[in-house]
Amino acid sequence: MLLGREIDFMGVRKIAAAISGLLVIVSFMALFVKSLQFGLDFTAGTSVRLSYSDTVILNEVNATLLSNSYEDAVVVSFGSDREIRVVLPVDEGVEVGDQASQAALVGDSIAALLNENSASEVTLLGSDYVSAKVGEELAEQGGLGMLVALAIIMVYIAVRFQFKFSVGAVAALAHDVVITLGIFSIFGIEFNLNTLAALLAIIGYSLNDTIVVSDRIRENFRRMRKGTPIEMVNVSLNQTLSRTLITSFTTLLVLFSVLLIGGETTQGFAIALIIGVVVGTYSSIYVASNVILYMNVTREDLMIPLKEGADLDALP
Amino acid sequence: MLNKYPTWKNVLILFVVILGFLYSVPNIYPDDEAIQVTTDSLTLSESDMETVITALEAAQVQFFGNEFSEENILIRFNSVDEQLIAKTAIEEALTDDYIVALNLAPTIPGWLRAIGAGKMNLGLDLQGGVHFLMEVDMEAALGRRMEDNLSNVRSILREERIRTRGTNVVDNSHLEIRFANSEMRSEARSVLLENFTDLQFQNRDSGNLSILDMRTPPDVVLQVQRDTLQANRTTILSRVDALGVAEPTVQQQGADRIVVELPGVQDPAQAIRFLQRIATLEFHLEAEPGASPASYTTYSNPDGLLVDVDNEVILQGDRISNVRSTLDQNGLPQVQINLDAQGGNQINRVTRDNVGRMMDILLSETRSRTITGFDDGGNEIEEVEFYEEKRLISHATIRTALPRTFVITGLTAREANDLSELIRSGSLAAPMTIVEQSVIGPTMGRENLEAGFRGVLVASVLVLIFMLFYYRVFGLAANTALIMNILLIFAVMSTLIPATLTLPGIVGIVLTVGMAVDANVLIFTRIREELGNGMPPQQAIDAGYNRAFTTIFDANLTTFLVAVVLFTIGTGPVKGFSVTLMIGIITSMFTAIVGTRALVNVIYGGRDIQKISIGSYGHLLSKKSGVEAA
Repeated sequence: MLLGREIDFMGVRKIAAAISGLLVIVSFMALFVKSLQFGLDFTAGTSVRLSYSDTVILNEVNATLLSNSYEDAVVVSFGSDREIRVVLPVDEGVEVGDQASQAALVGDSIAALLNENSASEVTLLGSDYVSAKVGEELAEQGGLGMLVALAIIMVYIAVRFQFKFSVGAVAALAHDVVITLGIFSIFGIEFNLNTLAALLAIIGYSLNDTIVVSDRIRENFRRMRKGTPIEMVNVSLNQTLSRTLITSFTTLLVLFSVLLIGGETTQGFAIALIIGVVVGTYSSIYVASNVILYMNVTREDLMIPLKEGADLDALP
Repeated sequence: MLNKYPTWKNVLILFVVILGFLYSVPNIYPDDEAIQVTTDSLTLSESDMETVITALEAAQVQFFGNEFSEENILIRFNSVDEQLIAKTAIEEALTDDYIVALNLAPTIPGWLRAIGAGKMNLGLDLQGGVHFLMEVDMEAALGRRMEDNLSNVRSILREERIRTRGTNVVDNSHLEIRFANSEMRSEARSVLLENFTDLQFQNRDSGNLSILDMRTPPDVVLQVQRDTLQANRTTILSRVDALGVAEPTVQQQGADRIVVELPGVQDPAQAIRFLQRIATLEFHLEAEPGASPASYTTYSNPDGLLVDVDNEVILQGDRISNVRSTLDQNGLPQVQINLDAQGGNQINRVTRDNVGRMMDILLSETRSRTITGFDDGGNEIEEVEFYEEKRLISHATIRTALPRTFVITGLTAREANDLSELIRSGSLAAPMTIVEQSVIGPTMGRENLEAGFRGVLVASVLVLIFMLFYYRVFGLAANTALIMNILLIFAVMSTLIPATLTLPGIVGIVLTVGMAVDANVLIFTRIREELGNGMPPQQAIDAGYNRAFTTIFDANLTTFLVAVVLFTIGTGPVKGFSVTLMIGIITSMFTAIVGTRALVNVIYGGRDIQKISIGSYGHLLSKKSGVEAA
């Protein structure tokens, strides 16, 4: 169904590089200026989930909380117009050992308070408490995980393909992660443990795409006698284009159904992945291959027969 | 012959498919409400079973499917209400040595259970409950140990009549002893070396003092930490067990943390009070004859004798530093209790004035009961609430003013053992702090589960329709493989790996659905391409599968590596997600490559065919690329 003619992807490689560079710079700026809106998992505090029998008016809730000495409470709507979440920072005045019991009581008292001051009935759906220490550790773990994953991938691709390919792949992954984080920062979407998992999944997904394209580039470099590297990359991208689009399409199909009917808890996850898949699809076409070309990939780079590759490629 | 699988391969695939089906099918059987009776110390006998049945008949509760073994009794009920009545009835009929817990019993047919098929565990986010992450204060554990060492050092040196110029704990792994000269130090050192084999000794001089440093070496510190964590876990586990909450989780996490998950429990404040309670033991005096009834409470002692216990607590259990069941010089069993300094003073003061009276030890236990209520939507919901229950575990005469270390005698070996176990479970080896907690309401849990499964269902149906439309007969093969893949994931999670299904786990499955078709898309586009290059159908199928394999293998392996990293470093949702992703990658490699190939072979293989139904590839036919093929 897709296009019957060749697209000169690499003809616009300079423009693509400029766009990517710009997006990455904007993302970094957003991250430095606005930072990320970290969820409870990373910041510590108590979060109380409440459900109303009628539509909630957030301002009223804010006013009620403010006039009842919950000045630091942040009220956000949660999934539907009838559910809210009240986030409270850790009370420094309370000893660490007692914070959890304190947090457990806060849920009940806030629910009772809002019930009294609201026409609709308010029920407590649940509450969470995260101590400052755990929050910090999670952020560290997440960052570390990302770096370890990138390092392992780099080594694997360097062994399996060639060093230039691993630079390309890692550049594409870093590009995707930075831009996804940038979008989260610019639009103020909450970044929590679920979105962190999604971000790591994006690495997996984007990698999948990049490997498929690189695999084809390697194959074409070995099979074709003539042609410049740019032409060969172009041919490879065209050959894999239909697959790239179909897979992105089915994955997006799945993610949108999770976003729309999977319930509020998984929404952040779905949003992060949708952004990641779109950016990842773009980067597997324009970033990884572009980096490989900028590093002056040659036929000789790939002519050393890679043991596993040769075996698997051989026709029976 | 091209595109024909040997019979053994087809049989193998069919075998895996059947296994996948058998081991995933238990998940559709709903559980029965049940009650489980277990006991810590005794083995269950037929007469216990009879007691239970008589109690149930007396309470006029309908029950069925009784199971009996020496370790546990299981009885099923038709409704939650009957289950609750039954729990009370059974608890009244049995003594405190038995634990009566609400439980869910599988209704999976016997032959399925016989082959080891079971259900997936649902995470707390899918069934509601409370989750705690507790951190053990290791410094306190090491500190307590050093304080113990110090008091031992002092008493040893006193016995040996070696004078010191002072002793003190420098930090939690270091204590120093000062001597007037080095001769005294070396004398002390040789005595202490024999007694403290796990400490490192070092001489140091400061001014005119000779100092001996005793340090806990790093490997011993590690060992202490491991032991402390293990001891705390055991204590928490026994408390949780005594609660009778169905399927609780008490797991170690990392070097100093314990995860506690209590499904169905809704009041975290109460749960915390009970989990964190350091002393569940209380020392009382027996009420004086003729005391006002308001000043005492009557308990029955283990032998059934009624005892009036004065309400005033003379000593709390958190003053106990150690407890052991030992034998006295005549070989009779006894329980030795060590108190800390403050506790020693307290007990000494009280017992000095009360020699000849009886001292009682009460064990206060928190238990749970399930109450049924209605949520705002009018749905029936169950909640677990806690209540405190005290019982008399020791009733003994005070023979003398008690020192810091004293013994309880007149017990059988079994009683001595039980008593020390009970006392020990009342105190933690080191204090713990809750560092993370979350409460998921039962309604929310159910909604999460339903929404999650709806997500999987809708996503799968959309993908199935697209694949069928786009790849026709090959799409049908891919779809069969996709369904097979989901069954296999469920089968693996239910049986092979005792994984817990969480909401992020469901998203992992959904994502696998999206990505599993990728392998087929790769293969099918490659087949279309080869057809476009003019290759005959049979060869094109074969070439498509073979050439796409490398790519699929590389792509899946790298994604798998990412999942492994996630699993290793992650906790909670990250771990839940990575488990399903890993399982999904493995099963999808099998179904998407081997599974679809088998189907395609059956449909097209070994025949002379001119055309295959794989969607349109006309646009590929007259393709001109800028590069000539070699």
